[in-house]
Amino acid sequence: MLASLKGLWVTLTNTFKKPVTAQYPKQHLPVARRYMGFPVLMWDEGVGEPYCTGCMVCIRNCPTLCMSAQMMDNPLFKEGKSKRRKIVESFEINFGRCILCNICVEVCNFDAIEMSHQHELSVVVRNGNRATLPRLLEMGKEFQKEVGWKPKGAEEGAKEEATP
Amino acid sequence: MSLLPLGEKVRMRGISYPMAIDKQLDSLELMINVGPQHPATHGVFRMVVWIDGERIVDVEPHIGYLHRGTEKLCEGEQYSQIITLFDRLDYVANFNNELVVCMAAEKLMGTEVPERAQYIRTILCELNRIASHMLFYGTFALDAGAMTPVMYAFRERERIQSLFEATSGARLMHNYFRIGGVRQDAPDDFAQRITTLLEPVKETIAEADRLITFNEAFLARTRDVGTIDGNTAVALGLTGPSLRASGVEYDVRRTEPYLLYDRLDFIVPTGDRGDCWDRFWVRIREMEESVRMVEQCLQQMQSGPIMAPTRRIARPPKGEVYAHAENPRGDLGVYLVSSGADRPYRLKVRPPSFCNLMSMKHMMRNAYMADAIMILGSLDIVLGEVDR
Repeated sequence: MLASLKGLWVTLTNTFKKPVTAQYPKQHLPVARRYMGFPVLMWDEGVGEPYCTGCMVCIRNCPTLCMSAQMMDNPLFKEGKSKRRKIVESFEINFGRCILCNICVEVCNFDAIEMSHQHELSVVVRNGNRATLPRLLEMGKEFQKEVGWKPKGAEEGAKEEATP
Repeated sequence: MSLLPLGEKVRMRGISYPMAIDKQLDSLELMINVGPQHPATHGVFRMVVWIDGERIVDVEPHIGYLHRGTEKLCEGEQYSQIITLFDRLDYVANFNNELVVCMAAEKLMGTEVPERAQYIRTILCELNRIASHMLFYGTFALDAGAMTPVMYAFRERERIQSLFEATSGARLMHNYFRIGGVRQDAPDDFAQRITTLLEPVKETIAEADRLITFNEAFLARTRDVGTIDGNTAVALGLTGPSLRASGVEYDVRRTEPYLLYDRLDFIVPTGDRGDCWDRFWVRIREMEESVRMVEQCLQQMQSGPIMAPTRRIARPPKGEVYAHAENPRGDLGVYLVSSGADRPYRLKVRPPSFCNLMSMKHMMRNAYMADAIMILGSLDIVLGEVDR
């Protein structure tokens, strides 16, 4: 009996604490800087083309085989505007298969793919989780703007700011 | 056909039941399916229970509903990809799982992991132990019929998981440990964040004792229920907190120190009766020890490299190795056979949940049907690991 009252006292003291629950669809908690959402492709603002050259290294290393890509000759290279000999022609990621493991980001030699902060998977069409190149680049631009992304090669020792 | 001879009827709660005429009727052995879709089995686990009245005569676990063939999949994946598979074994204590497969490959390659990486690993593993035991504390109380503790437990688990998110980028499937170190250095405010989060965690552990551990109703449900003595527990291959509850002081962190456990000061809590309450109590005390270990690690931790100089694609030399570590659920072992390629020739997992489950039959025999849920809950199985 006494123990039950003691337990009830614990419950009562907790009743008057501020609730920690966030009402999800109405309230979004901020994600950490390192948060691994869906992988997206980065856009090179200086040249006006994606960083991705379609070298397929991420595709070969993906544990779930959720990506595919094709490479083509870079027209901007012929004009002398870009240093990239080859450029990505098409890229597709099936977000339904992606396990957000960050392996593609690690193996990429061109800082072309990054884990974005996008994590909401629900779509209204059956194939809505298959993202093609335009959508991936759009998501990438959003992410670049959100975090002020810089390629790792360009800025040595770029420290991540403290997480929220 | 009616099981009971129809005679006069009795009315109970508005329904009329046939009353047994012959009072000396033999009771029938009844077979009951518990699961696979049963909230108290903590996953897709099915057990077939034969009961005689209220007593359990025999119990048979049926597993395999979550079988994904992890061991076979490992044979076709590179070592870096295997870590993602190990995340999904025991999905409540992901860091501890990643650690074991990394340890196995490092042992075979003879890689020295830098000290800072070791500290980060130790801290994350111990925090994950707290998070895992918090889940146990909540769900075990829920099994006993107490609805409140699970809320408090998840509150603390959430704090720990948001730290994991800031460190590794994911709340559950981290893929953070690498063969030879960790993927990224810990964030700048790592130590400070942990110190702030440990305060409410300590409070909740103390609260657990006030709220439920010594509660009369809880004691009545758990004391001397599902008793197993030390010798039988060892014979049945029980490991982890469930074994220590029977008084056997076997902890891989103590007997074969890996990571930096030889530098840390901690006690291995043991029970004496080996019943459900002891198994609960040992886990609560283990959380306290984990908090102490994390605090010690934070004091000792220094900056330095986080990755050993390894090749991008790990190719352990030809040979075999066994590495094991103390998981929240017990002794997780990985037996790795390498042919010198970038993927293992064979990888065998010794999952603690699976081995602990084998003692369930021993514990449940002659127990009450209502206690079966408590016994299963006190073993704290995770079906991802049982079925692999």
